[in-house]
Amino acid sequence: MDALKRYFRSPAAVAGLILLLVVIAMAASASFLYPRDPLALAGRPLIWPFSNPRFLLGTDNSGRDIAAQIFYGARISLLIGGVATAIAILIGILVGAFAGYYGGWVDNVLMRITEAFQTLPNFVLLLVLVAVFGSTLTTVTIAVGVVSWPVPARLTRAEFLSLRNREFVQAGRTLGMKDLQLILGEILPNAMPPVIVYASVVMAVAILLESALAFLRLSDPNVASWGNLIGLGRDVLRVQWYVSAIPGIAILVTVLAVSLVGQGLNDALNPRLKSR
Amino acid sequence: MSEIADAVLSIEHLGVSLPKGADRPHALSDVSLSIASNEILCVVGESGSGKSMMANAIMRLLPNEVRIDSGRMVFEGRDLCAASVAEMRQVRGAGIAMIFQEPMTALNPLRTIGDQIAEMFSIHTKLSKPEISAKVLALLEDVRIPDPKVAAKAYPHELSGGQRQRAMIAMALALDPKLLIADEPTTALDVTTQAQILKLIRDLQQRRKTAVLFITHDFGVVAEIADRVVVMQHGVVVEQGAAAQVLNDPRQPYTKQLIAAVPPLKAPPARIISGKNILTISGVSKTYRTGGFLGRGARVTPAVQDVSLYLPRGATLGIVGESGSGKSTLARCIVRLIDPETGSIVLGGKDWAKLTREEFRRETRHIQMVFQDPFASLNPRRKAAELVAQGPIVHGTPRAEAIAEAKELFALVGLDPSSADRFPHEFSGGQRQRIGLARALALKPDVLVADEPVSALDVSVQAQVLKLLAGLRQQLGLSIIFITHDLRVAAQICDLVAVMKDGAVVEQGLAAEVFGNPQHPYTQALLAAIPGGKFAREHATATV
Repeated sequence: MDALKRYFRSPAAVAGLILLLVVIAMAASASFLYPRDPLALAGRPLIWPFSNPRFLLGTDNSGRDIAAQIFYGARISLLIGGVATAIAILIGILVGAFAGYYGGWVDNVLMRITEAFQTLPNFVLLLVLVAVFGSTLTTVTIAVGVVSWPVPARLTRAEFLSLRNREFVQAGRTLGMKDLQLILGEILPNAMPPVIVYASVVMAVAILLESALAFLRLSDPNVASWGNLIGLGRDVLRVQWYVSAIPGIAILVTVLAVSLVGQGLNDALNPRLKSR
Repeated sequence: MSEIADAVLSIEHLGVSLPKGADRPHALSDVSLSIASNEILCVVGESGSGKSMMANAIMRLLPNEVRIDSGRMVFEGRDLCAASVAEMRQVRGAGIAMIFQEPMTALNPLRTIGDQIAEMFSIHTKLSKPEISAKVLALLEDVRIPDPKVAAKAYPHELSGGQRQRAMIAMALALDPKLLIADEPTTALDVTTQAQILKLIRDLQQRRKTAVLFITHDFGVVAEIADRVVVMQHGVVVEQGAAAQVLNDPRQPYTKQLIAAVPPLKAPPARIISGKNILTISGVSKTYRTGGFLGRGARVTPAVQDVSLYLPRGATLGIVGESGSGKSTLARCIVRLIDPETGSIVLGGKDWAKLTREEFRRETRHIQMVFQDPFASLNPRRKAAELVAQGPIVHGTPRAEAIAEAKELFALVGLDPSSADRFPHEFSGGQRQRIGLARALALKPDVLVADEPVSALDVSVQAQVLKLLAGLRQQLGLSIIFITHDLRVAAQICDLVAVMKDGAVVEQGLAAEVFGNPQHPYTQALLAAIPGGKFAREHATATV
């Protein structure tokens, strides 16, 4: 409750939350405002924004409504952002918790694997995964999640290392708790705040990764995503720059919103750090 | 009383306000006192009495949002409340110096002791380098650091706690300040080191005629060192006067209560101890090995060496020793938080040291532990009732039943059962320690291992918790292993005492015998080092 109060005291955090809610509202209202398939041909290609009241944001080079694609694209971005983040955080917590709690050879093995992932650039690894497993929405989402887990794993491990010898964990051990009870019930809830905050960074990066993939035309071409639209607009970038710029702005706003929310969460969950 | 002709510092009606939302509006209100040159004024009070806040107010080092809102602090004819930032910089260090509780955090770990003392001169004076290093050496000699030349080149972590505190004192005295503020300077030190530091401060004060404002929570220290005493409570001065008068003839009820709570250094009347031992420890050893590659440069620390002890049923065995004596390691071996290397720990016919982890996990309800730090030993994300109920739930009691039992335990340890739904941070230190005790008792253990259970508590709370422990021992037939560094506490509750030094037990026996007629030189030294030893003994006879 205190954390919530502290969160709403920061104007930047509230602005971020409002922006994020707008994006969510766009995703929710897409099929209601644009009942037709966003990828269906709607009119003349390359109509400039605000020149035709039927196509408020204009049309792309195949004559599809950009506004409809932006609304439906919000769904894809949030879906990929949310699910990929959940996958990354879940793997990260599991790996980090076991490595930090048990230490010794478990820690050594898990951390060497983590480092193997970290030494490869995220995006290159993502390209490899997509090249091998194909580029449907499901594989892209899982791939983005799989390349993002090393940092949450290291964060969780660091928290576990400092928490596992606290007296309340020792007390749990003298009460006869099993390792799993100690990890999940005692240590994890106390290790979560920094991981939750970092989840916002993972989400922002996940959205960007998907867009980058789509820009290279390696994402699922059968869904209306912001990245796909930017990729399409690449061909007409010199003159009809708005085709790429509009989804670009959408991505910017969403990533900014997620980052502001993350920063707000950080200040709310670690109040002592902020006053310094 | 507060009007002293040659006062170095006189504080008049000082008020310090706390930010909104704090537990009280004023950290200090209407505080008046004065310190004469050539005297040691002790400020005593429990935590939250505002004594440290006063020291910080004098140095004008208050945290943001905490403000001085009334009164004057006159130092050398100047009101420090009105002094500018630049003027305060002149006063700090040169006029008023300060030493802190924990020298390790007050010293810069990356610079040598000599450098840090020399900095005082290079900031405030225009002395040349050779002059400065001569002065540094003289100072280190003055605070009786063994081998000053080596100490000057040492980094803080290379010195012992007592030597670091000596270095801090040398730094504070570098510029011959008129006033030295010492904020609990011996609280983090072992009792024998504390005795040496107290003697040093007394010596230096007499030689240099520095006024000393000595902040402490310990009446033993007051008896040892004070000329005059100021007693504080909730930011208000309750009583002040000459040390002998306040200690022996306190006027205010609060002072009387505080002094009565000081544990007397005298074993309580011996209780009848059962002839049967419930727990027998024999030949337990634990060695720590750190670092080293292929055996080179490895450090081997024998933490516990061949310790044999026995605990009769229903008795309390005190294990006393200074830091590093291995008493906490021994306690953790007994509850198997640490696996002992050799030896046996026999409880109920089973050798505890030989059980596998899984077997031990099932048997753990026979032996339970109470931890030292009431803040760290409770999971901040669980409600009090849940914390207490955890043990029984783990061992198969249905949740609702365990929670109901937990509430009964709350009443047993003197907590309000209706507070069971609160989180740990909503309780005070003493209350948290009661929760920790209830958690250990929830499993109905035969043996309770208490690792410094009252060391983090104020003396009045300490007395209450000890009384509770003694009552429960009687009521539940508990056998207790009580680990403490404070011999006064051990003297109050223990039937048997074992004294540990460097991992080995040097003396053990009935409490009255060990305290009344110590045989081993180390035990004698420990007893002699207790601050205000004479006061502690006399006051014991006065209150019992």
